[in-house]
Amino acid sequence: MQTQTVKMVVTGPFSSGKTEFIRAISEIDVVTTEKDISSEAERQVKSYTTVAMDFGRITVDDDLVLYLFGTPGQRRFDFMWEILAEGMLGFVVMVDSTKPETFREAKSILETFKAYAPTPYVVAANKQDLGEAWNIDDLRIALRIEEGVKLLPCIASSKDSVKEVLLELLYSILEEMERS
Amino acid sequence: MPLQGNLRDFSTTQLLNLINLAGKTGTLIMYEGVRTGEKDAVGGDRMSAGKERARVAFKVGKLISAVLNGQSGDLVSVLNKAGRLTNDQARIIRERAKNTSDKALALLLINANYVTQKDVVRSIQQNTLDVVYNLLTWSEGPFRFEDNVLPGNDRILVPIDLENVIIEGARQIKEIEQLTSHIPNLDMALRFPDNPREKFKGVHLSVEEWRVVSFVNPRNTIRQIAKANNMTENEIRRIVFGLEQAGLVEVIKPQTAEGAARSQTQTRAPAVQKTVVTRLIDRIRQI
Repeated sequence: MQTQTVKMVVTGPFSSGKTEFIRAISEIDVVTTEKDISSEAERQVKSYTTVAMDFGRITVDDDLVLYLFGTPGQRRFDFMWEILAEGMLGFVVMVDSTKPETFREAKSILETFKAYAPTPYVVAANKQDLGEAWNIDDLRIALRIEEGVKLLPCIASSKDSVKEVLLELLYSILEEMERS
Repeated sequence: MPLQGNLRDFSTTQLLNLINLAGKTGTLIMYEGVRTGEKDAVGGDRMSAGKERARVAFKVGKLISAVLNGQSGDLVSVLNKAGRLTNDQARIIRERAKNTSDKALALLLINANYVTQKDVVRSIQQNTLDVVYNLLTWSEGPFRFEDNVLPGNDRILVPIDLENVIIEGARQIKEIEQLTSHIPNLDMALRFPDNPREKFKGVHLSVEEWRVVSFVNPRNTIRQIAKANNMTENEIRRIVFGLEQAGLVEVIKPQTAEGAARSQTQTRAPAVQKTVVTRLIDRIRQI
């Protein structure tokens, strides 16, 4: 019997924690396509970035596998986004809660992915363990996220937190299926 | 958790909206930005908080006080600025009522028939609004919202609904946004429409508009025209928008294949059964 694969996409601005998110839950070492960062500004934030995609896997059983694809955060690689969005079951938008300078970009990425496919999504407010993180209620207003959309606190380095985000996305997908 | 950032990334209007919707109580402090030499996550200059520029206080989402650095914001100054007290009156009252709180002073002035209660309330309200409208024009600088920090008890605090303040701020910003969205790329060029003579007949243009018109040529970008005329981006946008709406010039928009392709395509959602999602949920719960 052929194995069925389903795909979910983890997107968000540069350095929002997408790679770490996938790494926390993937059963295989995440296949990253990270390159040295060339821009001085970006180098001050982190030294490696995702160019094409991150790739993680969760095997359900012999005939079902979930793939997690992480998008590159920088706009100059956005030609990859639409390719990655093709056929996705849903998507997670990561936001670094400590970097308000990235909120506008996060919102823009969210809108771009919404336009790619009418699939359910959740927003993960990453780095909620840090002191300078904006709280969830403030983030919802800042990012203009509608009440019906899940905005979830997240710590991408914590497996439990990542599990919670993925489960919430799957619940949303299930609800959407039941509605239609 | 603190609400902090830079106005460059999160504008004053957005902040007021957030404070209003969240019904926050506390003081928003705005600072001069001191460049640290580092870059932030989007490549902007990272700024640390320098000298304080303004303090704006809120109670349960309502604006109650706003003071710019260097202004005392006390009752005498406010009434003086509003024309309710002359300079001489203000000077004398300041000398005689040095250690009197604003509240006590207001009672004294009302009882002495210098001012009415309405004068006091309106003057304070107007002063607060003037400060906030000024803040709405600030486009960068660090800010921090201190929860539950409020001005001292001696001050008279007049609550003002933020909705109207936000609407006015948004109106100003919307104009700029509309212009920017209409002419997003200043590297576009301008050209005259067909029959330009006919279109310009009987039209009265301002000096600035003529200056722009004199540079209209498909080879000149809007940015170059602005530079040649020493105009800001918003000034040139406003003029080009007006000229275009009047049919006097045409903006030559660059067509990108990527944009056209993107607007036409929407990726397919996969055909997945509910049982698949349920199995995924069960599996992730076990991890």
